[in-house]
Amino acid sequence: MMNPLRPIGRAFIAFLATSGRLAAFTALGVSHCFRPPFYGRQLLRQIIEIGFFTLPVVGLTAIFAGMVLALQSYTGFARFSAEGAIANVVVLSITRELGPVLGGLMVAGRIGAAMAAEIGTMRVTEQVDALTTLSTNPMKYLVAPRLIAGTVMLPLVIFVADIIGVFGGYLVSVYKLGFNPSNYLQNTWEFLEPMDVISGLVKASMFGFLTTLMGCYHGYHSGGGAQGVGKATTNAVVSASILILCFNYILTLLFFSKDVAG
Amino acid sequence: MSQDNAAKITLSGVRKTFAGGRKVVLDHVDLEVGKGESLVIIGGSGTGKSVTIKCMLGLLKPDSGAIYIDGQDVTQMSEGAREDINRQVGMLFQAAALFDSLPIWENVAFGLLARKMCSRADARDIAAEKLRLVGLAPDVLDLSPAELSGGMQKRVGLARAIATNPEIIFFDEPTTGLDPIMADVINNLIVHVNQEIGATAITITHDMVSARKIGDRIAMLYDGRIIWAGSTDAMDHTDNPYIQQFIHGRADGPIKMAVRR
Repeated sequence: MMNPLRPIGRAFIAFLATSGRLAAFTALGVSHCFRPPFYGRQLLRQIIEIGFFTLPVVGLTAIFAGMVLALQSYTGFARFSAEGAIANVVVLSITRELGPVLGGLMVAGRIGAAMAAEIGTMRVTEQVDALTTLSTNPMKYLVAPRLIAGTVMLPLVIFVADIIGVFGGYLVSVYKLGFNPSNYLQNTWEFLEPMDVISGLVKASMFGFLTTLMGCYHGYHSGGGAQGVGKATTNAVVSASILILCFNYILTLLFFSKDVAG
Repeated sequence: MSQDNAAKITLSGVRKTFAGGRKVVLDHVDLEVGKGESLVIIGGSGTGKSVTIKCMLGLLKPDSGAIYIDGQDVTQMSEGAREDINRQVGMLFQAAALFDSLPIWENVAFGLLARKMCSRADARDIAAEKLRLVGLAPDVLDLSPAELSGGMQKRVGLARAIATNPEIIFFDEPTTGLDPIMADVINNLIVHVNQEIGATAITITHDMVSARKIGDRIAMLYDGRIIWAGSTDAMDHTDNPYIQQFIHGRADGPIKMAVRR
């Protein structure tokens, strides 16, 4: 007879084991970011991959987010004649929330999947082992450059996305809703505080770290064959997305807790 | 046989289990490899040949037992010291395991560049030289691994393994997946480079033609232990039923093929 508690216990132990492995992997990966030798070429490749090649995807996401925000807030705010607040709503929503979160999720899909697939394939074709035999630490060669590139480059990408998103809101407000361009821009600037942008960029940095960490972790521990790599890729994207949403709440709470309490 | 008394690698009571100890792959492996010797480990699929060399390389950590390289127990070493030991090691992987994001020459010179043994320009020249040694023309230097056939990839893998003039080279099933002629070419190359750089070589294979050609000495791994070891000649004359069954490839005998791993 099967004890009904056994599967629960087994799942819980598996969860603890995974958490422990992930924590150890994170600590090791981060420590390799600060210990020489550094692989400049690898870092540069990742910087270009994350900082440049994700721009189109994130830019498109941002411009549509900005456009739809303007449209939605117009239909909502027109009911109580508060159309003037649209510029304000667009810029705050984009810089504080939608830029980093939507951009982060898109990057999780693009970069997290690519990393998990690449490192996973290297794992199953023994290329990771080959690195070790060529006196190269795979954590240092594969993981550290990706973590650094993700943490440093995503805020820059999101900063660009913020501008594009605000521009999207501007386009809709001016050309579709008939706002005065200079008034709109003035409203945008007037209520924007540095902290709004900075908090968004700190979030982006965290999301960049989480995405690359998940991509590397799942790729590194990929199982055998095409199926294993496919599973690693899926896990990387799903776990990165969930972590982004979860940390988004935690970071928002940290940044703006006094606003909420006050 | 250039075998002197000093053992290059010694395995003593190495045990390795997987799945939390439920699956014993290596039970108690004792093995000695002399300096400059070419040892071939034979055994059926799934008998732990790969696990054995992965333990020697430090890619896997044995549960118990010791592995000595040049008299030092490498299982007890720090990560840094272990990396130093790996500097004198080269390995040819079963599917070559070339880095597909790098051109051929950087693959061959990877170990040199990683160890900062020379500049990038010199590394390219050395890569061309090593590729010549394995019979590849310099026009492959800038190709990517995906553009080469399986046999050529294996040669590049061999060039990469010998690029740093290692003292120990591991060959993981060097002829698996190749046609008989290419297999013979690779066997000849292995014999040739072993003589050329005078390294200690450890090969795992289940290809007996290859084993006879490459090996000075043969060891057979079965059921997590080395059940027989001796020279190639002795292998043909032993009455050990396991060896006899394996070298003649008979389905009937003391070795039962596991249907499930």
